[in-house]
Amino acid sequence: MADYTVSISQNEYTAAQLEQLHTQMNARALRRRRIRQTVLVALNIVMALFMLFPLLYAVSVSIMPSSELFTMDMNLIPQNPTFENYVRALTQVPLGRFILNSFLVAGTITIGQIITCSLAAFAFAFLNFKGKNVLFMLVMATMMVPGEATIISNYLTVSSLGILDTYIVLILPYLTSAMGIFLFRQFYLSFPMSLYESAKLDGCSNLRFVVKILIPLTKSAIGAMAIYTFINSWNMYMWPLLVTGSAEMRTVQIGISMLESVDAQSITLMMAGVVTIIIPSMVIFVVGQKQLIRGMFSGAVKG
Amino acid sequence: MKTWTEKLKGAGAYAYLIPCFAVFGLFLFYPFVKTIYLSFYKTDKLGQAKLFVGAENYMDLLTSESFYNSIVVTLIFVVIVVIGSMLLGLITAVLCSKAFPGIRAFSTSYALPMAIASSGAAMIFKIILNPTIGILNKLLNLDINWISDPKYALICVAVLTAWLNSGINFLYFSAGLGNIDDSIYERASVDGANAVQKFFRLTLPGLSPIMFYTLVVNIIQAFQSFGQVKILTQGGPGESTNLIVYSIYRDAFFNYRFGSAAAQSVILFLIIMALTLVMFKIENKGVKY
Repeated sequence: MADYTVSISQNEYTAAQLEQLHTQMNARALRRRRIRQTVLVALNIVMALFMLFPLLYAVSVSIMPSSELFTMDMNLIPQNPTFENYVRALTQVPLGRFILNSFLVAGTITIGQIITCSLAAFAFAFLNFKGKNVLFMLVMATMMVPGEATIISNYLTVSSLGILDTYIVLILPYLTSAMGIFLFRQFYLSFPMSLYESAKLDGCSNLRFVVKILIPLTKSAIGAMAIYTFINSWNMYMWPLLVTGSAEMRTVQIGISMLESVDAQSITLMMAGVVTIIIPSMVIFVVGQKQLIRGMFSGAVKG
Repeated sequence: MKTWTEKLKGAGAYAYLIPCFAVFGLFLFYPFVKTIYLSFYKTDKLGQAKLFVGAENYMDLLTSESFYNSIVVTLIFVVIVVIGSMLLGLITAVLCSKAFPGIRAFSTSYALPMAIASSGAAMIFKIILNPTIGILNKLLNLDINWISDPKYALICVAVLTAWLNSGINFLYFSAGLGNIDDSIYERASVDGANAVQKFFRLTLPGLSPIMFYTLVVNIIQAFQSFGQVKILTQGGPGESTNLIVYSIYRDAFFNYRFGSAAAQSVILFLIIMALTLVMFKIENKGVKY
């Protein structure tokens, strides 16, 4: 509209010509935007193929008959895809058992962390007690200690307790997390103190306040933390490697290395195993991605 | 049930901290102190401290060529991983910073590596890098023994780690890009700035707060890589991929030298601690918000 008035004052174009000019310019802008978008999509396709290549290749090998893998020819895509590798991977090693173990361990760790972290964060956010700041700093300081600095002593502790090769030893050391306490506390601090005070006046006990009010109000933080914790526990490697010995106690990450030694031609089998155990963590990630991002960046991390 | 809750209320605020501090105490504070303690002792095969040797474990390490090698290898590794993973994260985040059809699928695939275990990824890379049947040699028409050649082994492990760590960097940088005000780009366009200028003058400085945080997290994470070394190279060939964490593992659980392994753990902790503190010092001076 602005152009219209300008042109009238210049008296150079008729209304019809002006209309034509307008559509021409719009078309050009549209074409330019389309080109830019096509380039962007093309670049993204190239980049995504590059980033996903290892995964796509693993899927491709996992449905390849092993005769097709052992050639000198290019073999990106299987000629005669087969699911036999998956069947064999599930029957030759107790992959089902490993998956069950991992679900049990990762699930318990996740639930346990949510409980211990909500309780601690509640105390840090709403209660007043002696040494609160010192204790909170102590929790934060644990983030600075790399797991490797404690793993040897932890191994010695659990072996002297005689709990090696049990579910307890896989779960117990991970039942709390400084990051979780920090994240929840950050969320709780955004609630007004009067929320807590009025609940108290109505005769609500502390524990009830946590369970009935705080936890429902912080679903997004809990969701983010649950996804993060579950994936990390599912992917744990060093600790289960050290503390599990028998096949029945192995988690997926340790278990799949058993597929490596079945026989020399077992590469396709191994890939079927790897793909099988990536699927659960991947599904949880894809489903919960939005939740995870929202929780990660709302208040907790702002650079 | 009721008496239990009553008791809990009576114990006051500390009761809410008991679960978390019990776990921290048993599996973090105690072992941390014990690791320092063990580092001054020679131990038996069961890890019992037997003989106080003072700083001998440390002196042995600091004069050992193998440990010196581990530190150098680890530093090179960390540099490659951090640069690689941050570049991948930045490129993918910039590619997804403007809306286009299908953006959700692409951003999911860029973040996906964060859901993948180091062990599974290492097994995949083992096949990709295999000298005879590996797809990498076939695609590039090369004949390189990636994993058994000391020249390439470290780079391979580092690239794998960079890929694994790039997913979370994509999320950090995407969040950072989202925080940059769009209007400064429009103003720059009016002033005739091109895309490259806009990237270096506006995007990068705008990312600097999150960039710093990402850098710290990446460095700490890179120092702790273990599964990929264990599966892909076992520290070899020679000692070319014998990162400190792997060296700790080998000393403790193959050589049963728990004292020396504990001393290495303490040194690793000190290195990470010092780096973190230095970076925060620099941040307080340098980065502008």
